[in-house]
Amino acid sequence: MPETATSVREISFGEAIREALAEELRRDKTVLLMGEDVAEAGTTFKVLKGLVEEFGTDRIIDTPISEAGFAGLGVGAAMTGLRPVIDLMFGDFLTLVMDQLVNQAAKIHYMSGGKWKVPMVLRATMGATRRSAAQHSQSLHAWPSHVPGLKVVIPSTPYDAKGLMKTAIRDDNPVVFFEDKISYTKVKGPVPDEDYAIPFGVADVKREGRDITLVGTSSMVQVALGAAAMLEDIGISAEVVDPRTTWPLDEKTLVESAKKTSRAMVIDEGYFRYGVTGEIASVIQEGAFYDLDGPVRRLGAMHVPIPFSPSLEDVTVPTERDVFELARKMCNK
Amino acid sequence: MTPPTDKLIQMYRQMLAIRLFEERVNDLYTRALMPGLAHLYIGEEAVAVGICAALTNEDYITSTHRGHGHCLAKGASPRLMFAELLGKEAGYCKGKGGSMHIADPATGNLGANAIVGGSAGIATGAAFSAKYLKNNRVVVCFFGEGALGQGLLYEEMNLAQLWKLPVIFACENNMYNEYTHFSETTAGDILGRPAAFGIAAEAVDGQDVRAVHAAATTYVERARRGEGPAFLLLNTYRYRGHHVGDIAREYYRPKQEEQHWSSTRDPIMLMSSWLLEQKHADQATLEAIQAELTSEMDAAVDFAVNSPYPDPDKVGQDVYA
Repeated sequence: MPETATSVREISFGEAIREALAEELRRDKTVLLMGEDVAEAGTTFKVLKGLVEEFGTDRIIDTPISEAGFAGLGVGAAMTGLRPVIDLMFGDFLTLVMDQLVNQAAKIHYMSGGKWKVPMVLRATMGATRRSAAQHSQSLHAWPSHVPGLKVVIPSTPYDAKGLMKTAIRDDNPVVFFEDKISYTKVKGPVPDEDYAIPFGVADVKREGRDITLVGTSSMVQVALGAAAMLEDIGISAEVVDPRTTWPLDEKTLVESAKKTSRAMVIDEGYFRYGVTGEIASVIQEGAFYDLDGPVRRLGAMHVPIPFSPSLEDVTVPTERDVFELARKMCNK
Repeated sequence: MTPPTDKLIQMYRQMLAIRLFEERVNDLYTRALMPGLAHLYIGEEAVAVGICAALTNEDYITSTHRGHGHCLAKGASPRLMFAELLGKEAGYCKGKGGSMHIADPATGNLGANAIVGGSAGIATGAAFSAKYLKNNRVVVCFFGEGALGQGLLYEEMNLAQLWKLPVIFACENNMYNEYTHFSETTAGDILGRPAAFGIAAEAVDGQDVRAVHAAATTYVERARRGEGPAFLLLNTYRYRGHHVGDIAREYYRPKQEEQHWSSTRDPIMLMSSWLLEQKHADQATLEAIQAELTSEMDAAVDFAVNSPYPDPDKVGQDVYA
């Protein structure tokens, strides 16, 4: 939070995203929103509620259920003078837009020798524990992070979500913006009235500490903060670092924090195997090896399709207790 | 309405330019001067030329892996094309795209695409922009009949008709999906597909540049008036293989078929005969055009061959804008 903020309100993660979109729509007539049930319905999650009343159906556009179709249309629109924000109701539907995202949007600037640009934002949701089963619960942010040409945003707080959404819309590259579904209403926080934007590739230390670095992304930042409070009770001072964008990645802040605390754990809601935790852990390992007391540890989603039954689903995602137990072990307490 | 003589001559000239360009691509490729793959447009010239002659410079096209003809017809420079094909720094994409990815904002070329049907979204999106920004532009999405197998095309056709977007879906039916006759991959009547969306559609003799131009003009102007997309089915033929190395083709098509098309249905031959017959040009004029283009293409090849490759230090540039 900048100290210069004169007026600050407590709003939800979802409201922060809506505010960012509304302000950008007001500022720039080339910005438009497109997706399934984004207009009158305001999306399944009601995040866009009210936008169509202000901006009309020319700019808040309901589409057929054709994810590849409207994502591809967004790529062409972005190349030719618009700044479309494409709404992907569930992040699981990334599978349906992969060619448009990976082979088209991500590569057009490079393949054209820098001549064409694709200033498009693809909003996608993420996050399990909503009892939505295997096709509506995944956190697939590692996938676009793997592809050169894409930028990937994964905010955890209302303040970050609003400031990063503005940067995403103003960026001249395709940006995939992941929004945790449970955070929409559950996570609230202070957001200033003034216009602000948060640059990509700048991690945020959500809590300072001395003994261990907990790197968390999206919903796992709240989990890490909860675990940090528990750890404090047993005399362990945990630092919580949120990279905020998986690409570009603020390697420096991650490495510096790990050097300072000498221990690091990475917590992410994506699948554990070949995912974000592996990448961040290796960055820390390579950068802070001689300052570490032990290997960087990781917690991610279990390597199973996300199950439906609450008793099964709840064990697939890292919890505050999991983080607490692992951190305690790493600190030998 | 017959176009004026200079426009007719220009279309002839452009088709011949593409033919001469492609013959040199074949030569460069077989001499191992061109890396990668070369998908020649020889035989299909009337399609690109007839359609692009109905467009303004500001109108957009998207192209395909067999895209040299589209790019040239939309106004690309042979020098910069050859340079790109050879992977040279001076090329349209600084050597980063190659034969299958020529792109050029200056001529409205949104880019050639190596994913079959992959540019249907880009074309429809550009048409969306044209409508949103009210800039009066029209977009042509070139694709081969192989793309009829891709679902994306139908999502885009639905969106284009739903929102009355100024995009022309130009289906070049050269009869072969790579090494497979289209009848083995395509169920039903091709024109029944756009018809299902209520999209205006027409089959055109793709070897007759005047017929292509006439149909394209009708639907481009209709799109420009805000009356929505169209689908042109351009019946044509790929004289050569799927790519330059595809030489032994008899397992998928007979030599007689190839001979039939090249000896009786050649678009350049048909146009030159017609120009002479109708006295739009005399033999000397056509020969002068040929001589001029030959030296232009040879000079363009020399330019490209003698251009430097990009410095390896540039590999990381242009990943992000």
